[in-house]
Amino acid sequence: MRSPHRRDTLPDPPSAATYEHFAHQFESVDHQKEVSLLGMWVFLTTEVLFFGGMFLAYSIYRHAYPSAFAAASHEMIVWAGTLNTVVLITSSLTMALAVHAAAAGQRRALLVCLTITIVLGCVFLGVKAYEYRTEYLEHHLPGYAFEFEAPYAPQAQIFFSLYFMMTGLHAVHMIIGIGIMAVMFWLSWRGTITLEYSSPIEISGLYWHFVDIVWIVLFPLLYLVGRHVH
Amino acid sequence: MTSHPPARHYINNGYGIKSWLLTRDHKRIALLYLTGVTFFFFIGGAFAVLIRLELATPAGDLVTDETYNKLFTMHGVMMVFFFLIPAIPAVLGNFLIPIMIGARDLAFPKLNLASWYIYMLGGLFTLYALVSGGVDTGWTFYTPFSTVSSTTNVIPTALGIFITGFSSILTGLNFIVTIHRMRAPGLTWSRLPLFLWSMYGTSLINVLGTPVLAVTLLLVAVERVFHFGFFDPALGGDPVLFQHLFWFYSHPAVYVMVLPAMGVVSELVAAGCRKPVFGYPFVAIASLSIAILGFLVWGHHMFVAGQSVYAGLIFSILSYLVAIPSAIKVFNWTATMYRGAVSWETPMLYAYGFIGLFTIGGLTGLFLAAVGLDVHVTDTYFIIAHFHYIMVGGTIMAYLGGLHFWWPKISGRLYNEWLARLSAGIIFAGFNLTFFPQFVLGYLGMPRRYHAYPPEFQVLNVLSSAGASILGFGYLIPMAYLMWSLRYGQTASANPWGAVGLEWSTTSPPPTENFAETPTVTWKPYDYEHAISAPEGHVA
Repeated sequence: MRSPHRRDTLPDPPSAATYEHFAHQFESVDHQKEVSLLGMWVFLTTEVLFFGGMFLAYSIYRHAYPSAFAAASHEMIVWAGTLNTVVLITSSLTMALAVHAAAAGQRRALLVCLTITIVLGCVFLGVKAYEYRTEYLEHHLPGYAFEFEAPYAPQAQIFFSLYFMMTGLHAVHMIIGIGIMAVMFWLSWRGTITLEYSSPIEISGLYWHFVDIVWIVLFPLLYLVGRHVH
Repeated sequence: MTSHPPARHYINNGYGIKSWLLTRDHKRIALLYLTGVTFFFFIGGAFAVLIRLELATPAGDLVTDETYNKLFTMHGVMMVFFFLIPAIPAVLGNFLIPIMIGARDLAFPKLNLASWYIYMLGGLFTLYALVSGGVDTGWTFYTPFSTVSSTTNVIPTALGIFITGFSSILTGLNFIVTIHRMRAPGLTWSRLPLFLWSMYGTSLINVLGTPVLAVTLLLVAVERVFHFGFFDPALGGDPVLFQHLFWFYSHPAVYVMVLPAMGVVSELVAAGCRKPVFGYPFVAIASLSIAILGFLVWGHHMFVAGQSVYAGLIFSILSYLVAIPSAIKVFNWTATMYRGAVSWETPMLYAYGFIGLFTIGGLTGLFLAAVGLDVHVTDTYFIIAHFHYIMVGGTIMAYLGGLHFWWPKISGRLYNEWLARLSAGIIFAGFNLTFFPQFVLGYLGMPRRYHAYPPEFQVLNVLSSAGASILGFGYLIPMAYLMWSLRYGQTASANPWGAVGLEWSTTSPPPTENFAETPTVTWKPYDYEHAISAPEGHVA
């Protein structure tokens, strides 16, 4: 018998009667899968509201202090933000391919796609750490050491507070996402993920795409304010 | 009527502490929550006792002003976040939702257990904040006091509430998915018991509102610890923005507290009058309307906080709209009783109490929704009396009524009916004596949140404190006889009330899998006409 990690395809699906991941409260395996997906969608709704509070604060202050927000946004490292946008969109592609591979029972493709997704997630966090470091050295971290050019200093501090809070919570979601992907990799590696039991990949894929979408909204809001003027 | 308990049920299916702490059975998790909310209720109640003792005399002689600030803050935090919000959903909802829809469990049993641990962790964190010095911001954490001025334990308290918020979110998620996808064959939405409609509305609020509170408390914590500026006026920030974000959750949270209570009362009234609830579809839709409208009225907490007059007017009109679905419910319950076989058993006594007290609480809410009148009574005892009529007179009455109604199902035992009726009467009398004088005090201008007051207010305050001691005593009696019934109570039959509903068609207490085989529902809800003409067959 071949060892599990040498296989190119996922193990054959078990029959419903012997299906070990089937929970007693469901009618069928399909029912269980649908319900789990719905659970994730509801959870993502709560996540929208979680970020929504900060988007509201951002909208109000940007409306109140447009020039300070433009001036503060000009201090962002645009190339880093752009690079990270490309990195995350690519990771969403590999995530989608991973879901496809799992549904098609292609074990090797699944493992490769999950690996690339994890690596891209780490690249994103690396670039983000570089940005945070630069901003810290330039005294843009809000607090007593905050410095900014004269007329906009107080309101720019609100911008940077929102920037660190929003991107920071996004980064926390990224770290959780990478952790989930690591678990998915492990489950796929040891053969828990089968043709029949691929919903964990699909559900964590939804989460990954959500975190990606949050960044796609954050990027123009934080990096590109007032750029069209020049 | 004596009967033998079933040989095997969820309580004797496994013994020992591990079989409870690691259970995935929604019924056992409901009992875990029951111990948790009861614990926090009595802690919150202890603070109320101290508050009322201090206010028995005009001078601030029992505790210092700083201690008094901590007392009302911790009373509010404990009661709102650790008792009122979880009480009915997490105890009765957890126990009943799967049984009422004919399912074997909630959609996500492990998540359900995790929610309880998260709840307890948040509660213990908040308790730590309390024993290590307390917090004095009021349960509302208004900035900039909470971010700059207060020197008390704002961070641990906010963190405890933040953690517990995830328990609400995950429970709400679990309930929504369960009600959507786990119903027994034939149980269409138009056959759903009204308790489930109200739990569905409640869960929507929990899922949509709680994350906003979570992020708001996080912003306060970050502003306080790292001196970020979100609400700091020195930087051009707006403290009223905090109030908007806070009340965007915390006003709907009022409906998280009262919607489940309305659901319980619908069940109690139908069973207590042996009639279908009058206008079932309207009562069901009213639950959803309250959940949705509840999200549009938060600005009425800021009539005097520098909000624009136009915003105030719009929020005032929207607040009036909430009265429509609320009144539909009250009128329909009353219409259900009309020519019904009205019972005077304990659950029904609590339902009567709820309907009367909720009506007073709701009508005084209209006073507060009127911008002009609100300016007069803002931050007085009028508002204290108003929301205690909703939360204590409404929610706790319904919670106790529901607990008594389903106690035979939960425990398989009957409690002492006369003692239960007596304590329902004591609670009702004590409640009114405590809080009615506060309407008068508030209207006369006594402000909230002070530990001393002018001597002319003493008579009403003494009445209120006397009522509070009666109320507190009243709460201890059910605690005693319900515990007593667990061991010495008569064993209950499967359907001691002769009520319809799937929960009464299984044994008392139910088996772990709830039903021997999944039921198929072919009847409309509250089908008492059919049940009375065919007492043996049908549902029961």
